[in-house]
This record gives sequence, C-alpha cells and structure tokens, in this order.
Amino acid sequence: MEKSIFRYSCPGRIGVSLPELDIPDTPVPEELARDDETGLPQVTEAQAMRHFVRLSNMNYNIEKGIYPLGSCTMKYNPRLHEALARIPGLASVHPLSPDATVQGTLELMYTLGRCLCEITGFKGVTLQPAAGAQGEFAGLMLIRSAHLAAGETGRDKVLMPDSAHGTNPATSTMAGMKVLPVKSNQRGMVDVEDVKAKVGPDTAALMLTNPNTLGLFEADILEITDAVHRAGGLNYMDGANMNALLGIARPGDMGFDVCHLNLHKTFSTPHGGGGPGSGPVCCSERLAPFLPAPVVARTAEGYALSFEENTSFGRLLAFHGNTGVLYRAYAYIRTLGASGLREVTEGAVVNANYLKAMLVGHYPIPYNDGPCMHEFVAGGPEMQGLGLKTLNVAKRLLDYGFHAPTVYFPLIVKEALMMEPTETESKESLDEFAEALLAIAREAREKPHLLTDSPVNTPVLRLDEVKAAKDLIVVEPREEA
Amino acid sequence: MNRFVPNCKTLRNRMLADIGVKNVEDLFAPVPEGIRLKTPLDLPPAMSEMELVSEYNRLARENTAAGLVCFRGAGSYDHFIPAAIDSILSRSEFLTAYTPYQAEVSQGTLQAIFEYQTMMARLCGTQAANAGMYDGASAVAEAALMAIRITGSGRVLVSGSMNPLYMSVLKTYLEPGGFQINEVPFHADGTIDLAAAEALMEGGAAAILLQSPNYFGIIEEIAGASELARANRALLVAAADPVSLGILKAPGSLGADIVVGEGQPLGIPMGYGGPYSGFLATSTEHLRKMPGRIIGRTEDRAGNTGFVMTLQTREQHIRREKATSNICTNQALMALANAVYLTLTGEQGFREIARQCWNKAHYLEEKLLEIGCERVFNAPFFREFALRLPGSAADLEMKLIEKGYLPGLPLPGFGKGAMLFAVTEKRTRDEMDAFVRAISEECREVS
Repeated sequence: MEKSIFRYSCPGRIGVSLPELDIPDTPVPEELARDDETGLPQVTEAQAMRHFVRLSNMNYNIEKGIYPLGSCTMKYNPRLHEALARIPGLASVHPLSPDATVQGTLELMYTLGRCLCEITGFKGVTLQPAAGAQGEFAGLMLIRSAHLAAGETGRDKVLMPDSAHGTNPATSTMAGMKVLPVKSNQRGMVDVEDVKAKVGPDTAALMLTNPNTLGLFEADILEITDAVHRAGGLNYMDGANMNALLGIARPGDMGFDVCHLNLHKTFSTPHGGGGPGSGPVCCSERLAPFLPAPVVARTAEGYALSFEENTSFGRLLAFHGNTGVLYRAYAYIRTLGASGLREVTEGAVVNANYLKAMLVGHYPIPYNDGPCMHEFVAGGPEMQGLGLKTLNVAKRLLDYGFHAPTVYFPLIVKEALMMEPTETESKESLDEFAEALLAIAREAREKPHLLTDSPVNTPVLRLDEVKAAKDLIVVEPREEA
Repeated sequence: MNRFVPNCKTLRNRMLADIGVKNVEDLFAPVPEGIRLKTPLDLPPAMSEMELVSEYNRLARENTAAGLVCFRGAGSYDHFIPAAIDSILSRSEFLTAYTPYQAEVSQGTLQAIFEYQTMMARLCGTQAANAGMYDGASAVAEAALMAIRITGSGRVLVSGSMNPLYMSVLKTYLEPGGFQINEVPFHADGTIDLAAAEALMEGGAAAILLQSPNYFGIIEEIAGASELARANRALLVAAADPVSLGILKAPGSLGADIVVGEGQPLGIPMGYGGPYSGFLATSTEHLRKMPGRIIGRTEDRAGNTGFVMTLQTREQHIRREKATSNICTNQALMALANAVYLTLTGEQGFREIARQCWNKAHYLEEKLLEIGCERVFNAPFFREFALRLPGSAADLEMKLIEKGYLPGLPLPGFGKGAMLFAVTEKRTRDEMDAFVRAISEECREVS
C-alpha cells in the first residue's frame, strides 16, 4: 500500500524550479482569474519520485516475467527503441511544422507505411489511428465510404463471429452499422454456410479476426471472403493476431480488403499500462482514396503530407497519429527484416503449441484438433469436474509470480483461459509457467482453499469490484486531502 | 536466430518433439497452401543496433524543425518538461505493463490513474474525470456523442472558433450516426456569438461545444454559453487548455457540464503530434454515460484500500455493440505523464507556469503591435493570439525558419499576413526581442 499523493502535500512545497519572470507582470482581469485553489498536491521532487516509484513497485510488467494475455501479444519491448524515440530531433518537433523541416520523420513514416503494406499485402495505408479500436473505426469508415461512393446506401450490416473482440461490435455501432452474428462451427471456425445464408444486398462488411480468438486459422477463409464479395460486401480483418502470420500469409492475399495492425502488439511497442498504442490501417487500392487525410507521400521535392484526396472520410486525431509509437515500431521492423519477422512468427507459434502440449491432460483444451497458431484457449465445462474456476486459476497464478492469461474470453468457451506466450519466452520460462498451472490443477483437487483464497502474495488481496461500482469513488475527496 | 527469439535450434527441436510434429512447417499446416507466401517479404535489410542508431540520428538531422525556437501552438505547445517525468515513464513497471486487468498486480497503474482523475477533475472544476482519451480532438468528439446519449437529441452546436482540426474529427465521429452539426459564428472580437447560438437552439440540441481559450487564444464566455445551454436542456461541452486552468476560472465552476481537452501541454513532448492524451471530466451524474475507462477506489478482503477499473459494464468488452464507446487501449502512459507533471509543478508551480505563459504572450503581442502588426481579434487571450503582419505570412514563415524560428501558424482565412502565435514559459525575453527584430527586418524588406 502506498498512500495518496495528496497525503504528502504541505503548503509551500514544490517539485520544479522556474526562472524568474523577466518581463513586466500583466495581471489577469479579475472576472477571468481563477479565485479558488487548483487543489494540486504540493510536494518536492524527491517525494514525487518516491511516491511514483513505490506505486510502480506494485505493478507486474514484461521485464519481470511472462505476460501470457491472449490476443494481447505481450512480447518484450526492446530498450533500444525507447532511446531512439527520445532523440530530440525526433521527439521535439511541432506537428504543424512545414514538411520541408520534418523530412526525417516523414521519411520514416513513409517507409514504415510501405513496410506495413508489404507485410499485409495491401496498397494504401494510414498511420493515424491511435489504437486498434480507432483503426477498426477507420476500416469500417473506408468500407462505408466505398459503398456510398458506389451509390449503395442500403449496406449497413456487419457480419461477425460470436468469438469477436468486443471492440468489433462497438466499432460497428460507431460507424452507423448493425451487427449480424455468424455462427462458429464445431471446429471453432466461422460456419461458411451461415455466412452464405446471411450475406445479401444489406451486407456492408464481414469483420473477422484471423487467426481467430481461439488461435485457429480460418481454414475456409477464401470461401468466406469470396461469399462476401459475391454479395457485394467487403472484408475487414482485425489484425490483433497478426503475430501469427508475419512472412507466412497476408490478409491482402486472403480476400480481405482492409485490416488494422496493433503496433503495440505485433510490433513490440510498449503497452504503457493501457496505451499509447497505434493502429495503422492498410487497405486495397479501391479503398485507398477514402483514407483519412493527410497521408504521407513521396514527391519529387521530398516527403510530404498529401491532402489531395477530397474523397477522404475525414480525420481521426488532431495530428498525424501516435508518432512516438511509429518510431519504435519502425525500429523493430528494421532490426528484424523479412527473415527476422518470420522467425518471430515461427517462435510464437512453436511456443504456443509447446505450452498447449504441456497442459494437455491437465486442463481441458477445446477445439484441439491440430496445431494452434500463436495462442490457444484452455477451459470449457470440464473445468468444473476438475474443481477449477477460471478466476481462481488466474488469481492463484499471481501468487506464483506470473501474470494470468486473458480470462472469460472468447465468450464461446465457458471458463476460458486464453494464452499467448509470444516468441520472446524461452523454453525454460514456458516450463516454469506450465509447472505452475499444473501445480494449481493439483491444488484444486487437494487444497482448494489455496485457490479460493488467492491471491495472497500480491500487494493487495482480492479486490471488491461490487463495492467500487456501488460507492463510485473516482476522485480523492477534497476534505481528505 | 535474432535477439528477440531465445530458443535455439536444439531447444526448438526438443519442443517440436514434445508437440508431436516433425518440423515448424507442420504447425502451419492449417494455413491453406494457396495463400502461403512462397517468397520472403520484400522489406529493407535488417540492421544491427549500431546501424539503427546511426540511421535514426540521420533521420533526426533531417528534421531541421527540431532546432527552431518555437512560437507555434494551434493544439501543440512547447512547454518545459521536467526530467523526473521521463524517469518515471521509463520504468518498466509503468512502461511495459498491460491494461490493468489483474488489479491485484496492477495497483501502481490503477492508483496513479486514480490520482490523475482527481487532478484533472480539480483543475476542470468538476466532480469526476475518466482515465483519459486519445487526444484533445477525439475527446471533443466523444464528449459530443456522450451529450447525444444523455439528452437524446441528435444535433450539436459548435463554435466556429473551435480548432479546425478538432472540428474535422468531430465531423468524422458524428457523421456515420446521422448526427447533425451546426456551426455557431463568432463575433469580430473572437468570442462566440451567443445570440446566433440561441437562434440555432430552435428545435433543441444535445450540446453547445466551445473551446476556451479558443483556436485564436480568445477566452470564451463560458458562463453565458452554459446558461443558454441549460435554458434549452442542452449540455455545455467546454474544451479547455489545461495550462490556462492555473490562472483562469475552471469551466466546471462556470457551468460547463463536460470539460475536455488536450493533455499534451502537461509534460508530453510535441513529438510530431503524438502520443498525446485527451482528458474528459464531468459530474458524477453523467458517469454512467461516459466513454473510456474509469478507475474507482475500493477495498480488498482485508479492508485495505485498493483500486480497480469500475463501471466496466459501459465498455466494449462487456457491452459490445451497446457500449458507450469502442475505446479500449487509450493513452495510459501519457495520462501518467500528466499526473507526474501536475504533481511536480503542484499548486504553486502550475499557477506560476500559467502566469508566465499569460505574461509572455502579452509581452510578445505588445512588441509586435509596436512594430506595426495589427490585432485580428480584440478580446482577452491566453498564451496564443492572432495578428496581421505586413506582407505574406507564407513568405514570412519560410524566411523566419531560415533565421531559426518556427513562427506563428499562417491563418489564410484572416488575411494574407495573418498568423497565430503561441508563447510558453520556455521563451525568454531575449528570444522574444530577437524574434521581433527578425520579423521587423523581414517586414521592412517587403514594405
């Protein structure tokens, strides 16, 4: 436990030093001037550092150990990239600087865009989206624009499997579209016949994660995307799981028209406790004219922000995207090159299959008809017979010093534990993690209270979420300060 | 093998044997043969750490803007950033953690963001704030959607003095839902025309959206706009410059229902536009309609204070197509930068920074008026102001860049010589005086 920063406060303390004002003081007119305190804490720099370092000590992180959250791709974040992104010439430039004065950044953005297009098999790219969800919005807006430009005003349905990430349906609503769920078949994949039955003149798009959230590659992908195309719809790939495909297969070759990438997943940029991310969108030639303006272009005079397309669907952020994240992702691609990226995917797939193999016989693994891709899901109704509940397994893992996998997702598996070890884990680290899971399965039979009481080795014990939602204390009350 | 993949050939073969396959290719069998890449990706060749450092230094040298003395704002500001902030942000515990889904091992992020929410709510003069948005522009757009959800009206009024880039994002977010945007004109002095707004209120609206200080740096009539909104059962959404809140009245205390803005000035480098952090603050009454994450205080089993993500039933992973927003990953580390900045500067330092911005902007304006520049607007301003200079702003911009300055942003809609200048606490008297001399010389040449 660390007390609130406001409890360190004492009038007069300050954590910065500012130069004396060297010009005349013009008072703020009284009717405009703030007449109450801002209520900010008053502490020294050392107190601030201690507070935030103590807070940091209560966080799990990727430099501490395996972070096997499924569909989150928690791989190691190279430290070099932190240094590169902080080079003053890159970090300190104003976003509205004339193009001629930011040629370095524009060149990097242009080249990164070309690399991402090559990786995905597409022609057009925007680096603007701040995160995956904003990338999804951009992608659906491209699709919407293409339909409207073709005079097709009645296309407002998005087909998506019941295993989709929550952002997919939420984004569809934002883009003015309605969700039409499609069934998964017994193999855990999209039911092609259901897609064929549901596509029609109202189909705007199919939205699909491939490999899907069970970690399975959609075997019938060409038939699925073709069925949508035949009905006049377009295909969107959620690229959250692109770590399974680098140098192996490309969305552009699978019949998709557009996809987003999560640079904070596949391309190793740090998650920051929930962002910043970056969600570039790559698309076909047909959709490219509708990309958010501006795009980075290479011209005879150098690199430039191009506003030429007047068919753009608009703008997503005030400026050009999370450039600092782009700096890091580009460094990752340049470090690895084509063969390195393929090694990444191979390593990720081997690791996931190895971890799965270690768990077979100890945890139920539904849809285990063959190899998985970069992740897999354990769980299912058999968990109950083993005395296992996903929440308890997750919390007990924290006691063993590991982070838990993604829990209760995808929704089509009861008591799901979705695991994605990523390629940066060694065999030894996977063995240790698997041993902990096996130990927990034994504890569930022999000493079940260890699971229900967990976690006990963490900075706080299990937290009362119901109380949080009931009390709704979302700011520190002033009188406590 | 590369430095991010630890399992050597021997280990990998052992793993493949445990999996029960002969080689790696067997694991990719589920990928249909027809779409399997037959050739390597066509990417630039791989580089070592040393080569990459040289390459990035080369790119940085191409960014000549980095060495310019900055008098430009329009949504991104050149404030001083204390070294302690990056020291905290670089800690792997904050930098490399995921979204705090397992609260028991994420208390650092959760408590820090709770403190961020507290600081932002206090600055804005509201009861609550969320854990952050992508940037100021998307925060404005999400606030408009929030107002639409709260009121049930599908139309918003937006002041024409809102940052045009924010306006573009607002249009992009509102258009697919079929929502309507009406632009409210502004007076010759740069403030919102409330009489025009009142006329546009006919038939009802979800909200009036304004920015204060607005795009031109002008301090808006928030209280008046709030009364007008209230009288018409609409909400007032105020986009605020957070630095101004050190010396100007808080929009919440003037009646704004939702206060949003760009957190970049609070300890985040300009970084060619991102990552930044949007903020969104409001009253507890509207918490359930809020987009984004909210951290709440609670207790653990032993009664110790702890923090969790709360009201998650609003969010996409639970509510899916009925969620208040699709936002998932946002800008948590940047919100942390804001929290550390506000902690270090504190009550006194933060007010002093705001005071210096106020004074320095007024000083530069006065000096530029002395050499013959003319005001575009006359109302009181904070940190940023628009002037008409003799000659062409576009030509002047290039000449001043050659002299080492990033001058104000040309404002083509307000005359050939119109520019929007911003002055932060970083600018010294010497820099401002030299800048004025440089402009004076260039203007003499054209006149």
